[in-house]
Amino acid sequence: MTESIARWFQGLHERTGINLTVFYDSFDAARFVSGIATTIELAFLCVILSLVIGLAGVIVQGSPSRLLKFSVNCYIQFFRNTPSLIQLYFFYFGLGPLIAVSNANGQSVPLVSNFAWATICFSIYAGAFNIEIFRSGVEAVPRTTVEAAESLGYTRLGSYIHVILPLALRISFPAFSNNMVNLTKLTSVSYAIAVPEILYASSQIWSDALNVPEMMNIVLVSYVFIVSIFVYAMGRVEKALRLPGIGL
Amino acid sequence: MAAEIVSGSGSILSVLASWTPYILKGFATNVFISIVSMALATVLGVLVGVGQVSTTRAVRAACWAFTNFFRNAPWLVVLFYCMLLLPFQFRIGGVVVAVPDWAKAILGIAVAASANMSDLVRGAIQSIPTGQWESAESLAFTRRQTLFLIILPQCIKRLLPPWMNLYALVMVSTPLCAIVGVNEIMTVAADILAANTRHDLLIPVYFYVLLLFFFYCYPISRITMRLERRFAVVG
Repeated sequence: MTESIARWFQGLHERTGINLTVFYDSFDAARFVSGIATTIELAFLCVILSLVIGLAGVIVQGSPSRLLKFSVNCYIQFFRNTPSLIQLYFFYFGLGPLIAVSNANGQSVPLVSNFAWATICFSIYAGAFNIEIFRSGVEAVPRTTVEAAESLGYTRLGSYIHVILPLALRISFPAFSNNMVNLTKLTSVSYAIAVPEILYASSQIWSDALNVPEMMNIVLVSYVFIVSIFVYAMGRVEKALRLPGIGL
Repeated sequence: MAAEIVSGSGSILSVLASWTPYILKGFATNVFISIVSMALATVLGVLVGVGQVSTTRAVRAACWAFTNFFRNAPWLVVLFYCMLLLPFQFRIGGVVVAVPDWAKAILGIAVAASANMSDLVRGAIQSIPTGQWESAESLAFTRRQTLFLIILPQCIKRLLPPWMNLYALVMVSTPLCAIVGVNEIMTVAADILAANTRHDLLIPVYFYVLLLFFFYCYPISRITMRLERRFAVVG
């Protein structure tokens, strides 16, 4: 089956000149598939981390300490209003060499890999947006609900975890899922620091096989496909989280 | 190690100061790219957005497909697409017109942003109460007149805050052009680092560039927030 597909694409190349190496060359196919896997892995890790940052940030923002609130606000505004590419360069080229260890041969080896830096950087970037999104969700929770939780003897943290956040998360889910879609698209920027995701893997393939137009179209279609599946999945999660009777 | 950094801190500032005119020139390129591509994206986005509410089914489907395809494609990939697949020169009659890299980059960003713009326009048009359409119809306005004389002018106010948000997004996306080989602020930063070959310059240079973007984009986002609050319907 796979062999006949490979033969068909090889024939296509000979007949028409359309060179889709990823379908008949096992080496290119492996590179491309691992690129897709890297993109999905990166996106998944960033979604989880940025969710944690968003939740932690919104709890800190609700604290009475003005200094804490101010520093969270600074973090949000700084990361929202600066280019993520330069943030990535700042982390990878600026901070990366500072956090290095010497190996057995005395060479300096970076402790944090480029994949890890991309994960950290994109999570912090998307996390800044998440805090804002969750905050507006928390503000949309009715005052009376918060007061009811207080009168039942919940601590501030307890009322957040058991009452406010479950409601706020559902209110802010559409904006959150939109941000996560943007985050998934943002992972392609890690091309700049040579993380072997789809775009980088494809650029290696097209430098070897000189099939730029074909690969470019494949990259575009793969991204649209992955993001569409992600959008669909987020829609399913939103439906699954729905609480009947509260209008959420 | 620490002493080295402390002793060099004065000269870091002086190095940054001496390179500032060059850095600002690079930043001006980013501003130029962002303004031109935003203008293009606005025009294209309004056309496609209006197309999304067209009465002709084919136009509606085509505009919907364009919007959703480019909304789901990463901007960097669209940029690569424009950069690598557009010809580097055109032949009009006997005259060969070269297409510079930055023009292709502008087009790439504009196409990506226009998909977002198109959805904003569609949302704004649909947020206008249908009563407006009906009363215009009863006053014998044609559909085109209704759209351009009645509906779209009302959309401008609703569109302004998200449009400004989109502009800020376009601005912070312009450094992506450096990846595809356009000379702008990231190229300048790389030049400075190459010319000085000092490791302690890496963080200050990138931080300086980050600050430039911050001081350009933060006021925009403040104004956007204020406009949003002013235009918000109190309910």
